[in-house]
Amino acid sequence: MDAFLFQALNGFASASGLFFVGAGLSLIFGVSRIVNSAHGSLYMLGLYFAWTISQYMGGALGFWGGIVLAAMAVAGLGALIEVSLLRRIYHVPQLFQLLATFGLMLVINDVALGLWGAEDLLGPRAPGLSGFVTIFGRRLPQYDLFLIVVGPLVLVALHLLLARSRFGRLIRAATQDREMLGALGVNQALLFTAVFALGSFLAGLGGALQLAREPASLSLDLAVISEAFVVVVIGGMGSITGAFVAAVLIAQIKALCIAIGVVSIGELTINFSQLTLVAEFVVMAAVLVVRPYGLFGRPQGAVRSAGDAADMPLRPAGRPLLVAATALALALLSLPLLEARFPYALIVGTDVLIAVVFATSLHFIMGPGGMHSFGHAAYFGLGAYGAALAVKWLALPLGAALLCAPLAALAGALLFGWFAVRLSGIYLAMLTLAFAQIVWSIAFQWEEVTGGSNGLLGIWPPSPFDNRAAYYLLTLAVAVVAVIVLRRLLFAPFGYALRAGRDSPLRAGAIGIDVRRMQWLGFALSGLVCGLAGGLFVFAKGSISPEAIGVGRSIDGIVMVLLGGIQSLIGPIVGAGVYSLLQDMVMRQTDYWRALLGGVILLIVLLFPGGIAGALARWTQTPAGASR
Amino acid sequence: MSSFRTAFALALLCCVPVLCIAGGARAQGAATIKIGELNSYKAQPAFLEPYRKGMELAVEEINGAGGVAGRKLELVVRDDGGNPGDAVRVAEELVTREKVDLLAGTFLSHIGLAVTEFAGRRKVFFLAAEPLTDKITWQNGNAYTYRLRTSTYMQVAMLLPAAIAAKKKRWALVYPNFEYGQAAAAIFKEQLRAAQPDVEFVTEQAPPLGRIDAGAVAQAVDDAKPDAIFNALFSADLAKFAREGNTRGTFNGRFAVSLLSGEPEYLDPLRDEVPVGWIVTGYPWYAIETPEHKAFIEAYRRKFNDYPRFGSVIGYSTIKSIAAGIAKAGSSDTDKLLKAFENLKVVGPFGPFEYRACDHQATMGAYVGELALRDGKGVMVDAKFVDGNTVLPSCAEVASRRLRPQN
Repeated sequence: MDAFLFQALNGFASASGLFFVGAGLSLIFGVSRIVNSAHGSLYMLGLYFAWTISQYMGGALGFWGGIVLAAMAVAGLGALIEVSLLRRIYHVPQLFQLLATFGLMLVINDVALGLWGAEDLLGPRAPGLSGFVTIFGRRLPQYDLFLIVVGPLVLVALHLLLARSRFGRLIRAATQDREMLGALGVNQALLFTAVFALGSFLAGLGGALQLAREPASLSLDLAVISEAFVVVVIGGMGSITGAFVAAVLIAQIKALCIAIGVVSIGELTINFSQLTLVAEFVVMAAVLVVRPYGLFGRPQGAVRSAGDAADMPLRPAGRPLLVAATALALALLSLPLLEARFPYALIVGTDVLIAVVFATSLHFIMGPGGMHSFGHAAYFGLGAYGAALAVKWLALPLGAALLCAPLAALAGALLFGWFAVRLSGIYLAMLTLAFAQIVWSIAFQWEEVTGGSNGLLGIWPPSPFDNRAAYYLLTLAVAVVAVIVLRRLLFAPFGYALRAGRDSPLRAGAIGIDVRRMQWLGFALSGLVCGLAGGLFVFAKGSISPEAIGVGRSIDGIVMVLLGGIQSLIGPIVGAGVYSLLQDMVMRQTDYWRALLGGVILLIVLLFPGGIAGALARWTQTPAGASR
Repeated sequence: MSSFRTAFALALLCCVPVLCIAGGARAQGAATIKIGELNSYKAQPAFLEPYRKGMELAVEEINGAGGVAGRKLELVVRDDGGNPGDAVRVAEELVTREKVDLLAGTFLSHIGLAVTEFAGRRKVFFLAAEPLTDKITWQNGNAYTYRLRTSTYMQVAMLLPAAIAAKKKRWALVYPNFEYGQAAAAIFKEQLRAAQPDVEFVTEQAPPLGRIDAGAVAQAVDDAKPDAIFNALFSADLAKFAREGNTRGTFNGRFAVSLLSGEPEYLDPLRDEVPVGWIVTGYPWYAIETPEHKAFIEAYRRKFNDYPRFGSVIGYSTIKSIAAGIAKAGSSDTDKLLKAFENLKVVGPFGPFEYRACDHQATMGAYVGELALRDGKGVMVDAKFVDGNTVLPSCAEVASRRLRPQN
């Protein structure tokens, strides 16, 4: 029993770190509605700054002063980011800021690599707190005790700030109705900058405080950002207390899993420590299913800004589009003729087409469906593993295996979608992410079936699709059919019902549309088509492993959709093409390709708010959003 | 007007991908032998930057001496994007567009395996430089793939004698939760139990890679009251585990064996948190006195003004192996090269080793020693070189246990 109680103390110490990042993220989202995917990068920078200061100044002052200075430096950086970048794009559709901060994350990671090098940098032990105290006959590091205390202290301080100060009142007011606040004469720009700086400060502080516990490393940004999102969503967006409770909950469950260790029940042996891989996502899924706005969250306040105006109605394709689409299809069809001269074209072409299917299916629910899925990799993965297992176990031929892919994805989408459509906005997005992580972890952990972390190998297309040109043409055919079918669906009564449900659930309901059912159906169809992309992927690469269906793939999909323009039906096609080709080219060109890719994304965000297709629509003088 | 502009814009948009895909075909010089190297430079920079330097050093030396088979070596280095999907595309690009003569590289096991599959499918020679998984040479091995680095099996086998000699009854295992860690733990358990039937494995902790809850894990290991610890954690996970374990007394009076921890890439970041007394595999560059290694370290220091890491040795040996193979084959033709690699003898910084014909695994060894603290830094003391041949199952065993598919 002592062992479990003691592990609870460990849990509280870990919870503090989680709480700081979560609180910062929550504050920023609450006020500015920015999903800040660079928040993990700010945490990472906090740790790097603190390490640097502690090295140069040394001693107690260098350590403790370094933590404070680092947090302040990160706050300053946050303010700079807000003023120079985010402020320019508040007026564009929500989520577009996500794209900008994603680009920023890539840039920051490479800058850190350039400044601090590749090696992990372990900081000194905390001067004055380097030893341990004995509790329950076990040793607890003094620094952990310090963290256990400092977490709640910051919580109280934040609470007082929000409840008692004018600044806090403004934050709360902005969280509820920021337009009204602006109308009352409050300088919103200043408030947003201040809040972003405060959120960054907390992230920087969270990172800097880890100085005595973990080395600064370049993989921290991604590791932290997903945990931070989970904390924020379980707690309820915008709730600081919620973030604290959620951080404690997750940390305690993990500590408990580790404490239990290996358990044998008859023949069955379960290693509970392996559950820490996915524990937080299971908790998040469970919480969201029971409480759609997190533990302490409330439905989001109204946001009325130009960026969130409803899309213009979609219009069927005009003559120019038909001509262009036919020309493109013919050009792509003739690509195999060039194989002798440009053999690589077919390989990239296949990848691009798979990305097009993936992005189009995601756009189907994100754009017209209005459901922002952050976990589309799940259906890609179900499709990929479905096809791979059909070949490995059932020895099915290519056609049948490719049929298994969308069916497996459909099954998953029906199940997950049933829960997901009961939520909306960021909560729906996070629930889809949780499901995707659960799918990922099953693929990762179920060694006997899925091949574990190495995945399934040796799945190649049989004759006559075993040469590049034939497989490319097969992919092209599937992609064209998928795109046309999804497009046709949007102009069918179902598509109108789906968009009606997005634009005004109340009115759609009033005229007899079962909005939830439409959304569920849309979700399932999107998953089905996405599974097809996964199936095509397996045979193109000859293998599938969990790495290929992780968060990275979901993010890629979102980036493609946003880059192309979420309000346009050709957006995902343009976005998938541009992003895949860009990535392929950039990876070859420079050692710092991530920074270059991030820089290009930032540039596109600033030049074409609304995506490339959106910009194109404006340039051709058709009303924005009315495009095709 | 508007529709004309729309059509024009769309037509323009259609041309872009086609042009991009076609790309610029490069003029290829027939004079050089092109080595297509792909690796996770962005995902694993700590190991791979020194690795790349090692490769560059070897290429410079070989070309300075006139190249091999009358041709100079040319290195075409690519990032594999850190995931198998991109890696296969990059491999295709190297083969089709760059027209490389052979492929080399990869670090992570699942990427190494994906490229192994690709090499078998496209009939391209592939030298897997760093991935550890046994599957590259055994379960998923193929005729087109050789592997340089000591496999997971070999790493574990190197530590076994010390683990058996310690005669400890209660063992705790800590390993990262992915194939390398799982396989290492499984091999260790099986082999130790065979040598010492009364052994007990009192706990197993398998934290996710890069996200260990070090305090809780160190405590859980301590609570299980083991006599000895087997560790396969590395990188940031190891640093966190070592610091927590030191503070909490998890390692006090306990014998421990640990994979890879003596490699400078993982040992140096620990600084003074080195868990003293652990028996580890690694690379004590400061203590190797053989003439081959002295020549290597001098050349490396002269070129880069830095000491080599283990990755440097691997990168250097990768290129040396390829050069030796091409010299023996007399050309870079894939079939001749594959034949030449059978029992190919190479001299690397660790001395001579060879590529076994039966499972395509190199017999390059590693050092086993004890961790100690010297001038505030971790070092390996009493380091002994273990020849890879002594820790591999014999070729007869590989055949009889059917470790490798027959082709």
